Amino acid sequence: MTGVLVILEYRGTWSRLSWEALAAATELARETQQPLIAAVAAGPDDEVAAEMATKSLQRGIVARHELLKQYTVDGFTIALEQLVRKLDPAYVVLPHTYQVRDFAPRLAAKFDQMLIADAIGLRFEDGRPVWVRQLLQGKLNADYRHSGEGPCFVSIQAGAFRTDSLTGGATEIETFTPELAASQVRMKPEAPFRASEQTVDLASAPLIVSVGRGIKEKDNIPVVEELAQALGAELGASRPICDNGWLPMERQVGSSGQTVSPKLYLAVGISGAIQHLVGMKGSKTVIAINKDENAPIFDVADYGIVGDLFEVVPALTAAVKKVRLA
Amino acid sequence: MGSPRAGQEAFATNMKILVALKQVPVRDSSLHIDSSQKWIDEEDLSFEVNEPDAYALEAALLLKDKHGGEVIVLCAGPDRTAPSIREALAKGADRAIHIACDDLRELDTLSLAHRLAAAIQAEKPDLVLTGLQSDDLGLGQTGVVIAEILGIPHATIIMEVEKRDRHVRVKRELEDGWFQWVTMPLPALLTIQSGISKLRYATLMGIKKAKTKEIRRIEASDLGPPRRSSVSLDRVYLPPKKKAAHLISGSPAEAAARLTEILKHEVRVI
Repeated sequence: MTGVLVILEYRGTWSRLSWEALAAATELARETQQPLIAAVAAGPDDEVAAEMATKSLQRGIVARHELLKQYTVDGFTIALEQLVRKLDPAYVVLPHTYQVRDFAPRLAAKFDQMLIADAIGLRFEDGRPVWVRQLLQGKLNADYRHSGEGPCFVSIQAGAFRTDSLTGGATEIETFTPELAASQVRMKPEAPFRASEQTVDLASAPLIVSVGRGIKEKDNIPVVEELAQALGAELGASRPICDNGWLPMERQVGSSGQTVSPKLYLAVGISGAIQHLVGMKGSKTVIAINKDENAPIFDVADYGIVGDLFEVVPALTAAVKKVRLA
Repeated sequence: MGSPRAGQEAFATNMKILVALKQVPVRDSSLHIDSSQKWIDEEDLSFEVNEPDAYALEAALLLKDKHGGEVIVLCAGPDRTAPSIREALAKGADRAIHIACDDLRELDTLSLAHRLAAAIQAEKPDLVLTGLQSDDLGLGQTGVVIAEILGIPHATIIMEVEKRDRHVRVKRELEDGWFQWVTMPLPALLTIQSGISKLRYATLMGIKKAKTKEIRRIEASDLGPPRRSSVSLDRVYLPPKKKAAHLISGSPAEAAARLTEILKHEVRVI
């Protein structure tokens, strides 16, 4: 059992998170002095080999099959189980995408392993990896260590590892053909779709004022809406606001909504759950208004006001209007 | 393992749905690391049903409202789980199974999933629902691993469930606002996303009725010995501050005035 296997994600295009997982796997392979192998599951005609060949790897493998063209839990789990058994790696590293969340725990369980899901960091003690995860919605960090026999499965959170450390290479890409029959795949997937036509484009908005749970009820939304208007900003929201139907889903910022990178992101009553942070941490300037000084949003904010949003926001709206009129 | 229930005709109309619930510390609790440095001090904490699990129960009750059938809740934990179990019964679940144990923090996901799966197997439900992840550990895999142990198909991050003859058609959430419908045969396991519908409250009548509903207690030891963990949690600690936000103090008006200055002269957006 040796080697670091990183399983990349291709869904018509490469999942950007694949390269962050590759960065984590590269570091792991270097520190544990083990060969680095990258693999991807793809359909017969998916053009994945060329891109993989440019990476610095010991081996690059495409698991190709008609039944891997479209993702299913069963198809991916069966194919990747065969590949992992064949390669017998010490580590299996995956990007923490929605697809990986769907199949990787099941894949790991086939090896009697628990997935160390959503790791945000990696360090080494006596040459052995210690994985850092967040608990209780980011309020605590925890160190996890693999102690069992069999491969260690880890998934890597978005934004945790930088891809600029990756160096180029020229890897020969091999093909692996799993034994897979249509009768083994129990799920019948339909084509993915988007909920509705998008009428706001938060992704390109230069200024965003975003509202979260702290607003308490729908009738209070105008408090934040007025600030957005005064600033000429688009209105965004965290997930619970859209779940409650207080604002349409197209205004949701975060892993299940929009990824934004405005010049200014002003977060009002948003505590900063990780799913939200991954959607907005590319913002140039972040300002947070929140009553809880320990809220994780302040860790990514440049400026903050700890206070009651129902006092601070109207005062801010008035002050901004005053400057605008001056 | 995971063989369909006997009497297939019966389940075409009446589904037996099992919902696995976990208790977690009440949201926004103030947390203190305990002396072992491996978990939080639970002494003074209040607990509630993990939010995604509450939505899993809601999804089960909606299916029951529409198609009839039976909803069974399953919860592993110490005696403090009793109010959460009663609440689920008051909301409309028909009966409950409580796996009595106080060793949850010593178990990894696999061990816990094996324990839950053993209890589920005895019930042979058509559908097993649970939340997509817990608010405390957030590993998001207990449900998926249970499906693997039971040998049944699963789907995660589910927004809607449509019951078909001997199948379910479910709406999966994908990234960036995309969705996908997937159909799979029963029995199956689904992990439910938070916020899929409004949560119902228990009615007075429901609370009254709940008192007569069965809560079966199973000792964890009757479900087999705990397994050796493949992963250990060594230490918990406060996350290091990544970036010190410049905090603006003063009264709301003073802070607002100062922030407006910053917006004008430093961020340059007004």
